[in-house]
Amino acid sequence: MNEAIEVSDLEVTFGHGTKSFKAVQGVSFTVPFGQSFGLVGESGSGKSTILRALSVLVRPSGGRLQVAGGPLPLHPPKTFRRRVQLVFQDPYASLHPRHSIDRILREPLEVHGFDRREERILQSLDEVGLPRRYRYRYPHQLSGGQRQRVAIARALVLEPEILLLDEPTSALDVSIQAEILNLLSDLREARQLTYLLVSHNLAVVAHMCDRVAIMSQGKIVEVTDSRHLRTGTFTHPYSQQLWASSQGYFRDPAVLDVG
Amino acid sequence: MNNARSWLLADQPASPLQARMGRFYTSWLALSANPLALIGLAIVVLLLLSALLAPWIAPRDAVYVQNLDGRLQPPSLLHWFGTDELGRDLFARVVHGSRITLMIVALVAIIVGPLGLIIGMVAGYVGGWTDRILMRLTDIFLAFPRLVLALAFVAALRPGIESAILAIAITSWPPYARLARAETLMIRRSDFIAAAIAQGASAPRIIRRYVMPLCMPSVVIRLTLDMAGIILTAAGLGFLGLGAQPPSPEWGAMVAAGRGYVLDQWWVSTIPGIAILLVSLGFNLLGDGLRDALDPRQS
Repeated sequence: MNEAIEVSDLEVTFGHGTKSFKAVQGVSFTVPFGQSFGLVGESGSGKSTILRALSVLVRPSGGRLQVAGGPLPLHPPKTFRRRVQLVFQDPYASLHPRHSIDRILREPLEVHGFDRREERILQSLDEVGLPRRYRYRYPHQLSGGQRQRVAIARALVLEPEILLLDEPTSALDVSIQAEILNLLSDLREARQLTYLLVSHNLAVVAHMCDRVAIMSQGKIVEVTDSRHLRTGTFTHPYSQQLWASSQGYFRDPAVLDVG
Repeated sequence: MNNARSWLLADQPASPLQARMGRFYTSWLALSANPLALIGLAIVVLLLLSALLAPWIAPRDAVYVQNLDGRLQPPSLLHWFGTDELGRDLFARVVHGSRITLMIVALVAIIVGPLGLIIGMVAGYVGGWTDRILMRLTDIFLAFPRLVLALAFVAALRPGIESAILAIAITSWPPYARLARAETLMIRRSDFIAAAIAQGASAPRIIRRYVMPLCMPSVVIRLTLDMAGIILTAAGLGFLGLGAQPPSPEWGAMVAAGRGYVLDQWWVSTIPGIAILLVSLGFNLLGDGLRDALDPRQS
């Protein structure tokens, strides 16, 4: 019973009848407590949909989901919601434009009736490395990286056990990406969190995760150790193709013709 | 002065109050950069002031006291706007009429704004059958021409200013429900709503705390722009004898009373008409300015 997430034969269908589209087609994987699991694939491969199913934002059409040792309820109680939190891809869309940072962090505390709210808000700001003086700023007064830190603080303020990360860095500047990834790594270590990270970036997943599932068109084609990801040793042709295309970023140094 | 300004525009507000005031101030700066909006605001403030100070500007007796010897006098130093067919001072009547106009506008806004907002937000957020039922209900009210439905309503109740207000309110909420629903449908798909759901916030809480603040600006803008129409409908009902009843100094009723003399004694109808025109124009200009200053899509 030490699996944080158990997904078996998960199916998610959007739409009805002839117009229906199967975004996720029979996906199974497990993530033990404290581990970090990556889902990689191109856009539309269904990886974000799995996250949304796990946080009960979309309803699966088939299969079984177990989170923290119990089946996922249709209408999860607050106590269940608290244990699984999400960080979204776009920090410009995931923060309410009219709520101050203080309000954004206070809302979940009020919903769950947490005590020591002031203290918790300040503590979570410290944890994600935001200066306390930013507390009453609005999201439009922050940079993309700072906003993503607020989004992470919002997820962590409820002290969850499982964090679902939906491409947490892909909307950010390259120089900020590493900062956020390191922050997430540190937080995982400090809090013993379980991560399920979705990304289309193999390098990000290789850096962050212990194990990785490669998805294509709603199915998992391969589950592998992240060591293999770094060296590019895959069994499935699609994985090799994905790896090869990601290598395109690292060209040989150009030979300068100085003459 | 300078201190207050830098406090309001502080980059790092030290309290929630300061943060909120700062946001209001930024909107005010945007609004005050628009001269037409300021003219509109000035007219609306003038309406407010004249309604508030009516008894001190013109004695209340002058509104009703008849002086048949001095009927239909042209504007003069004694009677700034002239007198009507019963010798009553038109200036006093127009000033006291602003109270009635303001009451109509305020009551309609208080009924229509929240009603339309709640119906629209609930329909948009809950969706499914709730949405269908609420929206078909809205369609039914939308299908009636506003003035005709108001006329039927007033006729069914009794003619009077209260019936007119109720009739206008009942006929003008549907567009607000539509507007709020459309906004809600857009907001509902946002990630911050998904985050709130994932955190266990209940639907009423999400509607009140997340959806409403984003719907409010467009409803307020629409309400301000509709004020002109509301005033005109109220005046129209007054003109037809179904709104305010004589001797009440309602502007529409005053226009109607003067229409028999409009060729020889133009001021009896024209002056309350100008008052209606000015106030409608003021609300329209202010509404336009508010749209530019508050529209969330532009910031």
